[in-house]
Amino acid sequence: MEGTITNFIYLICISLFIIGLKKLSHPDSARTGNLLAAAGMIGAIIVALFAPLESGSNNYAWIAGGIVVGSIIGLTVAKKILMTKMPEMVSLFNGLGGACAMLISIVEFYNPPAGSSLLTGQMITTFFALFVGSISFTGSLVAYGKLDGFLRDSLVLPAPKVINLILLIIIIGFSAYTLMQPELNFNYVLAVLVLSLLYGVTFVTPIGGGDMPVVISLLNSFTGIGAALAGLIYGNQVMLVGGILVGASGTILTILMCKAMNRSLFNVIIGGFTATGGGPGESKDGVAKEASYADTAIMLKYAQKVIVVPGYGMAVAQAQHTVHDLEKTLEAEGVGFKYAIHPVAGRMPGHMNVLLAEADVPYPKLLDLDDANKEFPTTDVVLVIGANDVVNPAAKTDTSSPIYGMPILDVELAKNVVVLKRSMNPGYAGIQNQLFFGERTRMLFGDAKSSLSKLIEEVNNA
Amino acid sequence: MMALRGTVIKLDIIMEVLQHFITDNLTMIYILVFIIFLGTEVISNVPTVLHTPLMSGANAISGVVIIGAIILIRQAQADDYFVLILGFFGIMLAMINVAGGFAVTNRMLEMFKKKKK
Repeated sequence: MEGTITNFIYLICISLFIIGLKKLSHPDSARTGNLLAAAGMIGAIIVALFAPLESGSNNYAWIAGGIVVGSIIGLTVAKKILMTKMPEMVSLFNGLGGACAMLISIVEFYNPPAGSSLLTGQMITTFFALFVGSISFTGSLVAYGKLDGFLRDSLVLPAPKVINLILLIIIIGFSAYTLMQPELNFNYVLAVLVLSLLYGVTFVTPIGGGDMPVVISLLNSFTGIGAALAGLIYGNQVMLVGGILVGASGTILTILMCKAMNRSLFNVIIGGFTATGGGPGESKDGVAKEASYADTAIMLKYAQKVIVVPGYGMAVAQAQHTVHDLEKTLEAEGVGFKYAIHPVAGRMPGHMNVLLAEADVPYPKLLDLDDANKEFPTTDVVLVIGANDVVNPAAKTDTSSPIYGMPILDVELAKNVVVLKRSMNPGYAGIQNQLFFGERTRMLFGDAKSSLSKLIEEVNNA
Repeated sequence: MMALRGTVIKLDIIMEVLQHFITDNLTMIYILVFIIFLGTEVISNVPTVLHTPLMSGANAISGVVIIGAIILIRQAQADDYFVLILGFFGIMLAMINVAGGFAVTNRMLEMFKKKKK
């Protein structure tokens, strides 16, 4: 009877996950969806706490400790974190989920079920969970480091493809060897653990910062698969369904992102994103021309139509509110003001949308790639704020460029382009941008936020 | 049993193991396959605006792995400190993922709501 109740409540929780995820994919119902999914999670945790077990001593004190400490840390971080740090946050949270799947499989190996052979589906599943959880853990940490900037892309492994392939073969082979033994050797399991953790590092390290959105999404689906595998180990439906849902949705999201960059997932993972398109500062023709604040302000004030192309630089400078102020200032002068959002601008899909929403920019002002490209030829001034690779014409012309084939925002079609940038250093992908040397391009060096404040001041004075 | 010893991979043994696994977990495998289709279907047609909140929300759901850690601690003996400590960390880490993930998603979505007025 109690078993039936347990399973029934689990079923309700599963439904809440599915409905929640469905609602999360529509703007109007997204918030409700998130709350429904959260309710499903709380329900599942309560059932897991009180469902009758055959054996064991419950150890509620330990569980309560973990839940309380985890909730406090999680909620505090979620409340305090800056919206611009969101990608780093998702990456880090994701790694912790992976770590939990990893810890569970370690314990499962530590207490192997008494039986004749080790070669069972249960054991194979546990090895998979250990492997996937560990990759997700260290991989997310490396992705976090790259986004946060303390791990740079210059950290290059020699022949990453070879290393990854060899490591993968060793892990699979050694896991198989461990299962072939008459008795489980826990030291072997630890060896597989260390190798898997290492694989997570070598898997993500060669992938460039420009591809981090794809990597985070992929690692997110790994964590989901890890949770699902743990669900198989325990025969627990909530974990299985929740995990697979995330695994499937993460995979679809990953594919959508790859499509936006016109690259295959295989190309992102295997190809790496190495800087080959000319060294920094190198240019085929001429030098970049610097703009003055006064000139730019006048150009903006008397323009008919201005389009802003935001990028990660805007996020770093926390300039989203200042951009919105500039928008209000110019609109008061009768200037049409819009935003062109590249699908992979920033460090996550939709990253710019979230930031601009935070600054109260109305949704209809945001143009997607296709609409924006139709508008550029009739635009007077394009302000590129901390974006680089998404406006690099090399993606269309230079077949040797690593970003060749990625659809870009054709800002060079506009009458004037002003690029707000800290320096002439190349973008995250490490490629030089010919746009900066273009006939109609002017550079405005400095921190995006202070540059924009100065522009607003100049517009008001002009 | 002697056939199991040694390191040579025997195909028939693997097949047998696989067959047992499938028969034992048939319902679970059915659920697994259906949910893969369902998950793909539920997510397609997401506007770009919602990619980040969706990723963050899905990430919070992946914290469901906490259930495993809870079951694991409950099954453990009160003096089995290895399991208790690992389980404690498992619960704590997954709980950060769950609580933080849902809270952060809610915070992001709140901003969309405010702007709609």
